[in-house]
This record gives sequence, C-alpha cells and structure tokens, in this order.
Amino acid sequence: MKVDVTELTIKSASDLLAKKQIKAKELTEAFLKRAYGLNKKLNCYITISADVAQKQAEKVDKLIADNQPVGPTLGIPIAVKDMFTTRGIKTTAASRVLENYMPVYDATVISRLKEANTIFIGKTNQDAWAHGASGENSDFGPTKNPYDLIRVPGGSSSGSAAALAASTCLAATGTDTGGSIRQPAAFCNLVGLKPTYGRVSRYGIIAMASSLDAIGHFTKTVYDNALILSATAGPDSFDATCVQGAASDYTQGIHGGVKGLKIGLPREYYENLDEKIKKTILTAVKKLEGLGAKIEEVSLPHTEYGVATYYIIQPSEVSANLARYDGIRFGRDRSKFGAEAKRRIILGTYALSAGYYDAFYLKAMKVRRLIREDFLKVFRGVDVTICPTSPTLPFCLGQKVNDPLAMYLSDIYTVTANLVGVPSLNIPCGFIGHLPVGMQIIGPDFSEKLLYQVGYAYEQETKWYERKPSLA
Amino acid sequence: MKNPKSAFRLETRSKRAIRNPKSVIDIDYVAKLANLPLTSSEKKTFEKQLKDVLGYVSKLQKVDTRKVEPIGHITGLVNVLREDKTRPSISQQEALANAPKTHNGFFEVDAIFEEE
Repeated sequence: MKVDVTELTIKSASDLLAKKQIKAKELTEAFLKRAYGLNKKLNCYITISADVAQKQAEKVDKLIADNQPVGPTLGIPIAVKDMFTTRGIKTTAASRVLENYMPVYDATVISRLKEANTIFIGKTNQDAWAHGASGENSDFGPTKNPYDLIRVPGGSSSGSAAALAASTCLAATGTDTGGSIRQPAAFCNLVGLKPTYGRVSRYGIIAMASSLDAIGHFTKTVYDNALILSATAGPDSFDATCVQGAASDYTQGIHGGVKGLKIGLPREYYENLDEKIKKTILTAVKKLEGLGAKIEEVSLPHTEYGVATYYIIQPSEVSANLARYDGIRFGRDRSKFGAEAKRRIILGTYALSAGYYDAFYLKAMKVRRLIREDFLKVFRGVDVTICPTSPTLPFCLGQKVNDPLAMYLSDIYTVTANLVGVPSLNIPCGFIGHLPVGMQIIGPDFSEKLLYQVGYAYEQETKWYERKPSLA
Repeated sequence: MKNPKSAFRLETRSKRAIRNPKSVIDIDYVAKLANLPLTSSEKKTFEKQLKDVLGYVSKLQKVDTRKVEPIGHITGLVNVLREDKTRPSISQQEALANAPKTHNGFFEVDAIFEEE
C-alpha cells in the first residue's frame, strides 16, 4: 500500500497497522529513509538507530500477525532527544563530554515507550545539555528550521521539533526546563507539552535543573499528544519527586469542548508583545470564544521577575548537576564542556558559593513562591490561561549567539510555567508569512486533560498541522 | 567558622552582593570551585557576559520577600518513602563499561597526592 508518510498522525498510522493495511516494517523503513535523507539538510539527528528500529518493527509485525492486543502507540516511529538515556544507543546530550557514552540502562520513559512498542528512529540534536533557545549550542552543529532553513527551529529540543515537523517520525520526546519543548513547538508548528512537575519520571534523563525539569513530547496533533502522555506518565520508584496516583488515559474527555470554560488572558504577557503575534493569538482566542468559552483579563503581577528568578535557580542547579562529569566513570573530562555550559557552571557556582547563597538562590526561591501564588490566585477565577509562547517568530541562525542575555530573554513567556510547576501546552495558532506562531494554554497543577480538551477544540476548527514545510 | 577574619569576610561579601550584585565575579576563584579549566580569553568574555546577566537578575532585590518562605517541592510532596529492599541492578562489568581507565575491576584515577 502506498502511503504519504507526511500526512500520517499517530492515530491514522495506528489504524493502518491495526487493519493490517501496512506493516510496521514498511512504515519504519519509510520514516528511516526520510530521516537519512532530510538529516543532511536539517542536522536534526545525532544518531539514527536503524538497527534498533528494524528489530522493534519486526517484533511489532509479529505481535500483529499473532493477533495480540494492539495498543494505541504500537509500531509508532518516535525520535528521542539525546538527553534520554537509551541502553545500547549512544547518548550525548549533544556535548563532546559524552560523545562516546553508551548507556547500560534505559530512562523510565524509554522503558515505558518500549513497553508500548513504539519504534526508535534515532536520537535528536539539541542545545548541549539542553542549554539554549535555538539549538545553536549543540557541539554537533545547529539544526535548521524545516519551515525556513536559514532560521532556528527553537531550542533546546531543536532536533526533536525539526525531525517531527519534517515528518521523519510521528512523535518526538523532549525536556522542558524553561521552555525547551514549547518554544521549538511554536517555531515548528507542533503541539508540545510541558507536563506538571513530577507528572513524568525524570529517572535516566540527563539532569539540567532538577527543580524545574519536566519531561514531555512533541506531536502533530493534540490527540496524539495525549496518547504519548498516557504511555509515559505515572509514578516511578526511581524518581521520588514523581507524583503518586495511577496511570491515566489522557485522551479521555478530549472531545468535551470549551463551552462555559473560563479562559484568562494575563495582561502582563500582552503588554509589550509584537503586534502581529498578538493579533494572531487574539484571533485564536476569539475562535475559542465563538465555541462558547468565556474570556476575561487576569493579572500575574510578578511576571516581570520570571526570567531573573529563572536565571538564578537554573544555572545554580545546572552547576550542581554538571559537577558529576569528571571523566572517571564515563565521558570525557571537564575541559570538553562547550562555552554555554561553562558560562552556566560559572554563574551557578558563583550564585551558590559561600556568602552569596542567600542573596541569589534563596532569594530566587522566595520570589518563586510569589510567582506561584500569582498563578494559584488566577486559577481560582479561571480554568486556564492563554498567552504567547515566544516573544518573536523563529529568528535567523547566528542572530543571538554572541549575546547570551538576549538569548535568555527568548524564554520570557515560558520560564514561569517551570518556576510554578504547572502544565503548559503549546498549540499552533497560525502563520505570519511562512513562519509558524504558537500559543500556550496553561492550567493548574495536574490539569493536562483540561489543556488537551481546550487545545483539541481549537485544533478541530483550524487544523494548522495540515500546513507542512516544503522540503523537496 | 574557625577563623573570625574569614567569617567577617563572608559576611561583608554577602552584604556587598545584596547591595550590589553587579559586582564583578572573581572568575579564577569560581573556576577553581567548579574545577573548570578556562582559557584567558574565555575568562575575559565570561566576565563581561556574566556581569550583564548579574545586572539583569539584580532586579529581584526590589521584591519584598521578608515574610516569604522559599519553595521546596513545587507541588508540595513531602517525605516520599519506599521499602528498604535490594533490587536487581547493573553488573560490575556494566558499571565499568564506559570508564576510560580501569584496574582489576575498579575505576582508575590519576594520583591525587603529590610526593614531597
């Protein structure tokens, strides 16, 4: 059967597999072929794991031939950010320090995706150690945006976003410490979830900033996104910060619509926003209003302190987490760190050093509580909030590389969800010229189902995911 | 703190940081704490860039946090316990698989103490 893989979603591919209209082996080969072909153009993969993928596909075909129960992600080709430890597949965090690291165990999320019988196409490029908002901090070269090759795909999960937007897989994993899933999702016309802190296990994922790290994923559609979360979420005895409670089906209630739901627009996020981006998002909000949602303005008064708070807590925790790389047990020595990792280690070590801890880290953890209290207060009045994901459209490669502060300010709308712990979903909400725009739907702790419900209602009206990049 | 002089130094340093967090980072000292080798040109670039960043984050000093508790676990988890039972783990061979140097089943490191 002839299938255009760029048209597939997890749901439609799963239907084809279940009805035996296509074999997992054929599907996998088609995606691998695209991955090899487009990687030359996009540099979105560090490793393409063809051997692993082919073996997994053979296993899936056997399960289907034996009429075993077919799960919703069985046989689905996935790309994995190189922050996720994968047994027997090189895991580099896009850093020279780990260029030869071959893990001997799997991250919990990887074990779960294996149990769900997904297929691993490869490990994706990223900003080294997930430090960055453009993908340009990779030690293995920058990734290009499939919608415009002279522009960045966003970061730090740059390769995952580009690999999926270019249809070399049907989902991609990511990590989001300050926007590293949502911002590249916005830049590449994808649905990207940063789950509630502790919703998905961090075990086996190379740690960036442990009190902020959230483990999520990219998909083309909202429904697909809920399918992947259903496979990855849930408690894990290897991660004590992971919340208890049984696993859940996140597609449940997704068709519920937005009638009667209250959506808040936080004033501070729209004040200095680029006019065109603002117009695009407010058009989307109007659409939701037309579907029956109630829109009201809300205020998050500590918003202006978000980035400053984040750029104390995050480098502090980065410096602690990167202290383990000593080149003795695995990886290379500390001289192999790239410039951005060194910058953050220095900043964080300084902020945590004797005499400075109270002025920086402790102060930031107090302001963090005030930022969280703003959100808790707002969520007593509205169900969700909607705000921009990025202050700009995808910018050009090289535009911000020599100005770290300008790069850090790319995170201005995304860092708060990490500081506050709440879930946030990026949804494509249109194009300006040929470049995609995304918006965030943010809800209270553990409200992922509600975010999907709102995102799904909007997506059914607009279907921006149908607009593909033109990659000959 | 044994040495009263160094305690005094710490305190004044902290006060200085709170008053003026834009004060320049002592890069050599911090690089030593972080065990991070830096070239002299890196030191120069970082000094300037980090000064910009510290200048930016100093805006937090304007926020009144006198009555605010710092955040612990963000959604409020406390005292997560599990049974103290051994479980299967990776083998010694696997644990050593990525080490650049091993000796008789151990990690091998360079000598730490110098001879007199």
